[in-house]
Parts: sequence; structure tokens; C-alpha cells
Amino acid sequence: MDAVTDRRPVDVPLVDVRGVRMHFPVAGQWWAALRGRPTVVKAIDGVDITLRRGESVGLLGESGCGKTTMGRLLLKLIEPTAGEIRFDGRPLASLDRPSLKAFRQKAQLIFQNPFEALNPRFTVQQSIAEPLENAGVPANDRRELILQAMGRVRLPDPADLLGRYPHQLSGGQLQRVVMARALILEPTFIVADEPVSMLDVSVRAGILNVFREVRDSLGLTAVYISHDLALVRYVCARTIVMYLGAVVEDGPTEDLVREPLHPYTKALVAAVPVPHPDQSRDALPIRGGAPDARNPPSGCRFRDRCPHAFDRCAAEAPKPTRVGDRTVFCHLFQP
Amino acid sequence: MPDASVAGARPGLGAGRRPSAVGRAFRALKIPVGDPFAVIGLVIYAVFVLVAIFADQLATHDPLEILFTEDYQLAADQPAFGEFVLGTTNLGRDIYSQMIYGTRSALIVGLAAAAAVVVVGTLVGLFAGYMGGWVDRVLMRLADIAFGIPFLPFVIVLAAFLEPSIWNVVLAMALILWRDTGRVVRSQVLTLRSRAYVEAARVSGSGSLKIVFRHIAPNVLPLSLLYGSISIGWAILTEASISFLGFGDANAVSWGYMLQDAYASQALSRGAYHWFLPPGLCIVLVVVAGFFISRGYEEVLFPRLRS
Ligand SMILES: Nc1ncnc2c1ncn2[C@@H]1O[C@H](COP(=O)(O)OP(=O)(O)OP(=O)(O)O)[C@@H](O)[C@H]1O
Ligand SMILES: [Mg+2]
Repeated sequence: MDAVTDRRPVDVPLVDVRGVRMHFPVAGQWWAALRGRPTVVKAIDGVDITLRRGESVGLLGESGCGKTTMGRLLLKLIEPTAGEIRFDGRPLASLDRPSLKAFRQKAQLIFQNPFEALNPRFTVQQSIAEPLENAGVPANDRRELILQAMGRVRLPDPADLLGRYPHQLSGGQLQRVVMARALILEPTFIVADEPVSMLDVSVRAGILNVFREVRDSLGLTAVYISHDLALVRYVCARTIVMYLGAVVEDGPTEDLVREPLHPYTKALVAAVPVPHPDQSRDALPIRGGAPDARNPPSGCRFRDRCPHAFDRCAAEAPKPTRVGDRTVFCHLFQP
Repeated sequence: MPDASVAGARPGLGAGRRPSAVGRAFRALKIPVGDPFAVIGLVIYAVFVLVAIFADQLATHDPLEILFTEDYQLAADQPAFGEFVLGTTNLGRDIYSQMIYGTRSALIVGLAAAAAVVVVGTLVGLFAGYMGGWVDRVLMRLADIAFGIPFLPFVIVLAAFLEPSIWNVVLAMALILWRDTGRVVRSQVLTLRSRAYVEAARVSGSGSLKIVFRHIAPNVLPLSLLYGSISIGWAILTEASISFLGFGDANAVSWGYMLQDAYASQALSRGAYHWFLPPGLCIVLVVVAGFFISRGYEEVLFPRLRS
């Protein structure tokens, strides 16, 4: 069971993403090809990410920039078109059956929409028991573990909920059930894909607090996906900002909020409604509408919406540049 | 942190009365008990099933036995409602008993063929839809081939190669008619496959087989049963056609055999309604009942048709 995590040097990053691309075919390909249109959506287009053990990283970006796709890649729910993802030093692409089984126990997902993440025909108990079944936990021991996991996510009266079906629960309860299922095998890595965006505002904070609590008590390595900087800031010490399938800035969340470097990050920070007294408010709002992942601009993919764009931005893609603790992909900072 | 919504779960929902096991099975299979037509269909089927089960008790004679009257005359062409309930054939066989035993063979053919169609079609649809890739391509090309084969001639050819038997119809339906069920189930699986809870099952470590049978199959079963209920009538009709055309099993009494027998003996021109009407009406009733049930299924599965 521990083949994936143990007996490896501690300095190996838990997750290592190298040059990953994920291109989805577009429907009606041959017709698009005939007309010279792009035949793929470049949902992820060359991403490098390294996650150390126990680190919490926010994945921030607007709708359609590839956050969910990145999460699904990290959990081996889809195979990348190019590049490599290593989990605990091992390439995900070449896991054999037992290692894949071990990986499925170590890496978990919390879904954006708890109303759809549970099989409507399964009771709460059946849903939470599924990972236990697959891990070979004897039937007699399951109930105890299930109640424990439900307690861990602070579900009140867990024993009463066991026999209920998803439609008999509230959104907040459902998301806690989803979390209990994700946590029941005590994973080491968890991806939370906008876990509160479908929930009523009144229950969001409760879910977020439980998430932080279990993450700290289990020492989880976590990826928190969101389009909301305020939420990422509440949960994660480090933030990766994505734009149109690529990383634009990566660094400590507080630095990023206090002094955003990339023009896109600046725009995101400026859009946060809570005023920061120590932040200059002259950040320029960005031009243009939602980006099209089928047809990203040449060079820097943000250039057509960037107020600072100059010649070089169209000519070449920016390379990663270190600025303090941060990495930024922008020609303004590139020597 | 105030957790109002968690504490205040919708009251009373979980505490409600649990339906009985039968009620739950009916609901899980979406058996359309709310639709009056479907109920009529189900009642007709129930009657036929009871007749088939108790055929030995209900029949008055051996259906193939040549009968004699009390004065040792051949009891041929006896009228209905006399000594014999529905009269006799021109060879002195009891028509009522033939009809009763015909029900048994009709239901055996119908149910076996429907089961074969449902099982084969559902499995093909599930695996083609969930696995995708070459599995899907191979299975769907096979379905294309099955769509290209004319059904009745195929059954006749099969019957010519094999011993004449009611099982030829079942075999032919299993070989050919899975195609419709397979296609429809597959397209349903394609939409179910991308549901979040299916992805959740993968993250939980469930393998493909478990996902297909536990998470996806229960949702396509009502659809399979819709096609199954159509297949019952279709199989009975086919068996009747084959028997009527003379390719049937001469030792198995079926409604088609009765019609063939009546037709060959000019019962029609002699006005022997008591001979050919009973099997004809039985066939119509079963097929109509199947149609009523599938109609009810359709309204349950595709509620928008109701308007
Ligand atoms: N299975 C798929 N097939 C084809 N295209 C896809 C698929 N999954 C995602 N895409 C496309 O990839 C791009 C990125 O999608 P993704 O869902 O990762 O974005 P996201 O950042 O999670 O957005 P949101 O905030 O709306 O959830 C989109 O253009 C989307 O249409
Ligand atoms: Mg998303």
C-alpha cells in the first residue's frame, strides 16, 4: 500500500509536472481543418509545476483557463498529450496496476458540484464506503471508519445520515460527505476543485474551515482550484496564476496580493472587492473578453489584453523569470 | 462557524416510510404502474403468464392427440361450445387446448428472446459506450452489419440450417435484434460516463467493471427493459410467421402453428372462425400489451412526450 510514498528521499517533490500539454480535439475536425481552423483546444499548453510535501497551492484563473483540466491531469483521470507528471518520483503514465491502486488511495479529489459528485442511487454509507471496498477493508470495519471520517468533516449526527440518499441532504452536507469519502483512506494529496462555488454563501466558510483543518491535521499536500483570489488567499500560502492554459505567475500568496507582478495578476488583484489599504489602486483593468483556448495569440498569450504589450510580446513567448520568491512569465521582467 | 444549513437538514425526508422490497424494485426498474395503458398491458401479460404456468391444469386434452367422439367417430371439425370448448381441427385435435399450450410456447419464445436481446444489447451498449476506442468501433461495426441483415429471411435460413425449433427464433433475435438496444444503451452510457459521480468512482479506485455495473448499468436498465418489452411481441410475431410459413417446429404447438394448420386446411374459406380466431386474437393481444407497456416506459423515460 505504501509503495508510492515510502522509501523515497524526502526531497523528491510529491508532485512534479514537466512540460505538460493537454489538447482536446474539437468536434467536426475534418471540416475545421479544411477551412484552416484549429482542430484542438489547447486546454493546457506547456505547464511546469512542482509541489513539495505538505504544501498548499492555489490554482487561480478565470473560467476556461484549464484549472479543472490541470486537476484531472494531476489525478490521472486523463492522460496528457505531451509532457510528464510524476507523483512521488514516479511517472503517472507508467504506473502498473498495484501502483495505480496505491495512487488512487493516496490522491483524492473534492468536486466542484457536490450535487453531482454522489451517485443518486447510493446511500451516504454506500458512497463513503466505496474507497474502503476498493482498498480491501473488511466489511465489518467499514462502519466505524465511515463514522470517523464523517466526524472529521464535522457532519453532525453522522449515524442518522448513513441511510440517506443525496437528494435528502443539503448542499453543505453533501460537500462534507464528498470530503469524508475523499479523506477516508487518509490520502497524502488532495485536489479541491472550487469546492464551495456551488454552495450557499452561508455554508462556504464552514466547508473552507473544515478543509483547512483536515489538511493541517493530516499534513496533506493540497491543490485548491478557484477563480476567486480571496478564497485562495484564505486557504493557500502559495498561488499559481494561470491564463489560457499556461502559468503566468507563481509565488507566495501574500507577496502576490501585496505586489502583483504580471499584468494579469494585477488585474485579478484589482478585481478583488475587499480594499487593501496598502495596495495601490491604479492597477489597470484589462481589455477584451474571455480568452479562446482554440486560438491563443502568438508569443505571450496575454498580449492582446495587456495594457503594457510591446513588440517583443508578439514575437516570443516569455520565459520564466525569478523575482524574489516568485516566478513570473512576462517580458517586462525578463532581461 | 455557524453551520445553519448543516444542522437544519430538510426535516422528515429521511424518516419517511420505507417502501416495500417489491415497491422499490418496481420503482428502480421504473415499471410504469402509473400509466393506465401500461397497467392494462401488464394485466394482459399477467393473465398469459398464469395461463402458461397452469397450462397442464387448464387444458382439457393433449393438444396433438387425435380425439374421438363417444360413438368412436373421429371428432373432426367439431363446432365450438359443444363437447369441446372451442371445437376441434379437421384432424380431431382440441383447439382450446392448443391455444392454452400455444400460450406457453409463445411466452417461452417471447421472454427468452427478450431476455437475450436485453442481455446482449445492454452488454454491448455498456462496453462500447464506457470503453470507447477500438472496443466501441468493433462493436458498432458489428451493429452496422446486424442492421444490414434482413431479419425474417435470416430466421428462415437459420431454421433451414438447424433443426426446426422454437429456439431458432430466440437465437436469431439474440444474433440480430440486439443492435437497436445496443445503440440506444451506448448513447445513454456516453452521457452517463461523463457524470461527476462516475469520475468520483474512478478517483475512489473503482475499476471499469465495477463502474459499468454499479454506477452506469442501473441507469440504463429501464431503457433496456423498454426494448425488451417491445422484443417480446416481436419474437412472438416472428415465431408465428415462421410457423405459418412452415419452417416451425412441427412438434411444438404454437399460435403460428395453429394458424398454419388452419390455413392449410382451408379453415378460412370454410368459415371455421373458432379455429383461426383464437390464436390470431392471442397474438394481437400479446403484441398490443407489449406496445402498451413500452408506451408507458417511454412516458416514464422521456416525460416530454406526454404533452
Ligand atoms: N473533455 C474535454 N473535451 C474538449 N474540451 C475540453 C474538455 N475539457 C475541457 N475542455 C476545454 O478546455 C478548456 C479548459 O477547461 P477547464 O474546464 O479546464 O477550465 P476551468 O479553468 O476549470 O474553467 P471553469 O472555471 O469554468 O471551471 C475549455 O476551453 C474547455 O472547453
Ligand atoms: Mg473548472
